[in-house]
Amino acid sequence: MFEGIPLHWFLILGTIMFFVGIYGFLTRKNLITILMSIELILNSVNINFVAFNKFLYPDHLEGMFFTVFIIAVAAAETSIAIAIIINIYRRLVDIDVDKMNKMKY
Amino acid sequence: MTTNQLMFIIFSAIIIIFSVMTVTSRRILRAATYLLFVLVATAGLYFLLQFNFLAAIQLTIYVGGIVVLIIFSILLTSHIGDRLEAPGWKKIVPAILVATFGAVITLITVLQFDFPTKAITGSERTDIREIAKSLVSTEKFGYSLPFEVISILLLAAMVGAIILAKKRED
Amino acid sequence: MIDFSYTAWILLLPIFLFIVIGLLGNRFKPIVSGIVGTSGLFIIWLLSLVTAYKYFFVLEKAADGSFLKFMAFNMRWLNLTDKLHIDMGVLLDPISVMMLIVITTVSLMVHLYSIGYMHGEKGFSRFFALLSLFSFSMLGLVVATNIFQMYVFWELVGVSSYLLIGFYYTKDSAVAASKKAFIVTRFADLGFLIGILMLSYVTGTFDFITLTGPDSPALTSGQGVWFLGLSTMTWSMIFVFMGGAGKSAMFPLHIWLPDAMEGPTPVSALIHAATMVVAGVYLVARLFPIYVFSAPVALDIVMWVGAFSSIFAAIIACTQYDIKRVLAYSTISQIGLMMFGLGVSGYGGHEGLGYMASMFHLFTHAFFKALLFLGAGAIIHAVHSNYMNDMGGLHKNLPITHATFLIACLAIAGVPPLAGFFSKDEILAAGSERSLLLYWVEMIVSGLTAFYMFRLYFSIFWGKKQEYHQTPHEAPKTMTIPLMILALGALLAGLIPFSNFVTSDRLPFVSHLDMGIAIPAVLVGLTGIVVAAFFYLKETDIPDKVFKALGSFSQAAFHKFYIDELYLFITKKIIFNYISRPVAWFDRHIVDGAMNGLAYITNETSDRIKKLQSGQLQQYALVFISGALLLVLLFVYLWTS
Repeated sequence: MFEGIPLHWFLILGTIMFFVGIYGFLTRKNLITILMSIELILNSVNINFVAFNKFLYPDHLEGMFFTVFIIAVAAAETSIAIAIIINIYRRLVDIDVDKMNKMKY
Repeated sequence: MTTNQLMFIIFSAIIIIFSVMTVTSRRILRAATYLLFVLVATAGLYFLLQFNFLAAIQLTIYVGGIVVLIIFSILLTSHIGDRLEAPGWKKIVPAILVATFGAVITLITVLQFDFPTKAITGSERTDIREIAKSLVSTEKFGYSLPFEVISILLLAAMVGAIILAKKRED
Repeated sequence: MIDFSYTAWILLLPIFLFIVIGLLGNRFKPIVSGIVGTSGLFIIWLLSLVTAYKYFFVLEKAADGSFLKFMAFNMRWLNLTDKLHIDMGVLLDPISVMMLIVITTVSLMVHLYSIGYMHGEKGFSRFFALLSLFSFSMLGLVVATNIFQMYVFWELVGVSSYLLIGFYYTKDSAVAASKKAFIVTRFADLGFLIGILMLSYVTGTFDFITLTGPDSPALTSGQGVWFLGLSTMTWSMIFVFMGGAGKSAMFPLHIWLPDAMEGPTPVSALIHAATMVVAGVYLVARLFPIYVFSAPVALDIVMWVGAFSSIFAAIIACTQYDIKRVLAYSTISQIGLMMFGLGVSGYGGHEGLGYMASMFHLFTHAFFKALLFLGAGAIIHAVHSNYMNDMGGLHKNLPITHATFLIACLAIAGVPPLAGFFSKDEILAAGSERSLLLYWVEMIVSGLTAFYMFRLYFSIFWGKKQEYHQTPHEAPKTMTIPLMILALGALLAGLIPFSNFVTSDRLPFVSHLDMGIAIPAVLVGLTGIVVAAFFYLKETDIPDKVFKALGSFSQAAFHKFYIDELYLFITKKIIFNYISRPVAWFDRHIVDGAMNGLAYITNETSDRIKKLQSGQLQQYALVFISGALLLVLLFVYLWTS
């Protein structure tokens, strides 16, 4: 079903997605949007894993399992992050990352 | 151009465009929606690569779980219709520089490298039975240990999330 | 051969007592500490007496009839290398056995006396604990088998002396006096240490028996001219004598002793009259063969320092009013006399008369000087003052003290047949054979001694009638009994045929009273007494007139010849200004400055870089990602080998 698609296409796609995520991570102010950028980054990595698995080691399933686990970890991470964000929101009535510097020094 | 290539280009175009929109949109709910599109398109890619199970997971957990969670939290913490303030140039310029620089380096490296691609036999669909066997196998290419670990992680995350989000007594 | 190894207990018991009283003293009533300490010392005293009896009368002598010199007990303490090791042990020879008797007797008397004298004082147990510590140190010093053991105990003696002088540690003057004593003696001990190091470097041994034996390495090695025309051996012995002079308060290191009288009076009696201050004399006597054969110049220095100190201190003693200070200067004078005796002595037989006389005088002096101090303590106890101006006419109030004090005064003045007469006479006899000038100096000293002692005696017990707030009364039994026992010693100690026991070569010889010297000496002493009686028996203005007639000389004597001022001048004006200040400046500005500079730089740097830690998550991420990318660039593209 995927004949004719070189591996490099996937990798280029993953790279672009990854750095778009990085850009978002660096510029966004709202914590939830930062979280979304992280999801982008994770997703780009997933694409790479899956592509490598299919193109280089089609006999095994390592890449796929890695992706499954990453998805699981991402789910856990998101739930915790959102719990924290809600907590912060309760305290500060704002989730602007620039204002979260109470624990410096 | 084959159908496959066309499909791939469509999916990746969706992914890239909506990724960019996710990180630049100034309406947060829309950003979440764009993220949804990105994730769905990724699931499409998985289908294209014949990872049907993975695509299903992507759809159920990412799209059905995480994005919904994100939208929930957006609704809890923001007012609909609020526009996020645009980031200042002081943030954008270095971020663009770093992102571009990183993308260039990575792309150069990736494109230069000649991957020993195996001959692809075509319609080899991954059997869900096989996946299930590997997931609980303790032999080589078995994943029972990470499976257990991830279960515990999820449990811990669940407990942690409840504790964190619970209203404090004080 | 009799087994003398039990003598180790003479050393171990006092330190045991010190630990027990020091640790447990506060658990019980104070008097318990006193009783434990005193009875413990009584046992030690008995042991010493038994040792002396066995040593002098039972133990067989060497082939030539001399007393043996041997280690009763020896233990390797610090084993540094095969050759260099430091031992601890007990050395028995006539002088160490004699010192055992002197120390334990006086110490026992002082213990007994202190039970009465220190009664009700705060720190009663501490006092007895420290007395035990002192006894331990002093006994360890005299029985030392090697010069290093002696040094160790020498310092311990200094420490216990420091602690006892500063016994009333809430009193500023006592604290100052204890510091002064410690620093001055410590300074002198530096010389001692240098001397020890030189001596042991040259001879390759610490051991006394080897060092003073007939084939001592000290006789042959280190004889070449080394510095200022003197040999190494001479210099080392001069340095050793410096330590001895410090402990024995010889001029010019005497300044601590009068101040040390700030301590409790029993302490003055024990440490600063009878035992510790004679450690210097003992040290010279211990190394006497080296002094005689290898370092005669050093021995001359001993003689001159001794002679000068004796006349110097005697003159000052005539002008002081604090009775304990008079006694302190008297002590310096008498120790000077002992040093003089050693200095004029030769080795062996009649040549060694001075040595024998010096030891004899040390022995008798311990009795009557301890008696004088304890008597002074009883008087102070009764009158509550140290100044003889506040006293007078006490002979009726304090009959026992009066009688014993008189005996002691007669003994120190050299009236026959009391103790001081014999020993002083021997010293004068030895001196006359060496130097006529110094002989007459010492004659004058003995006259002055008689004068100032009876000045003291008359002013306290006779003289003007004094009005007292409350009638002075005799001290309790625990205080008067030691006085009487010591008085007995002062009466009879001189009758011991000392030359049969303690001589320079340990061979007994018979000494005769030299009438040509004894008669003038007694006459001089009696003259002193008569003059004192004339001046002070009744209240007269003669002393003031004489004092005025002598003008600046008596003023200078009254101010102790400004030695303290001289020291202050040297230390404060010269050392402080020209050495300490620059050193302090260097320390404060260069050393501290470097440290402060480092701290300042660190502080400034951290102030600058702490802004990096802004708490801004995205800033961190930016830095982190750029860094990661740079590393990728570096390792993948630039640094490809």
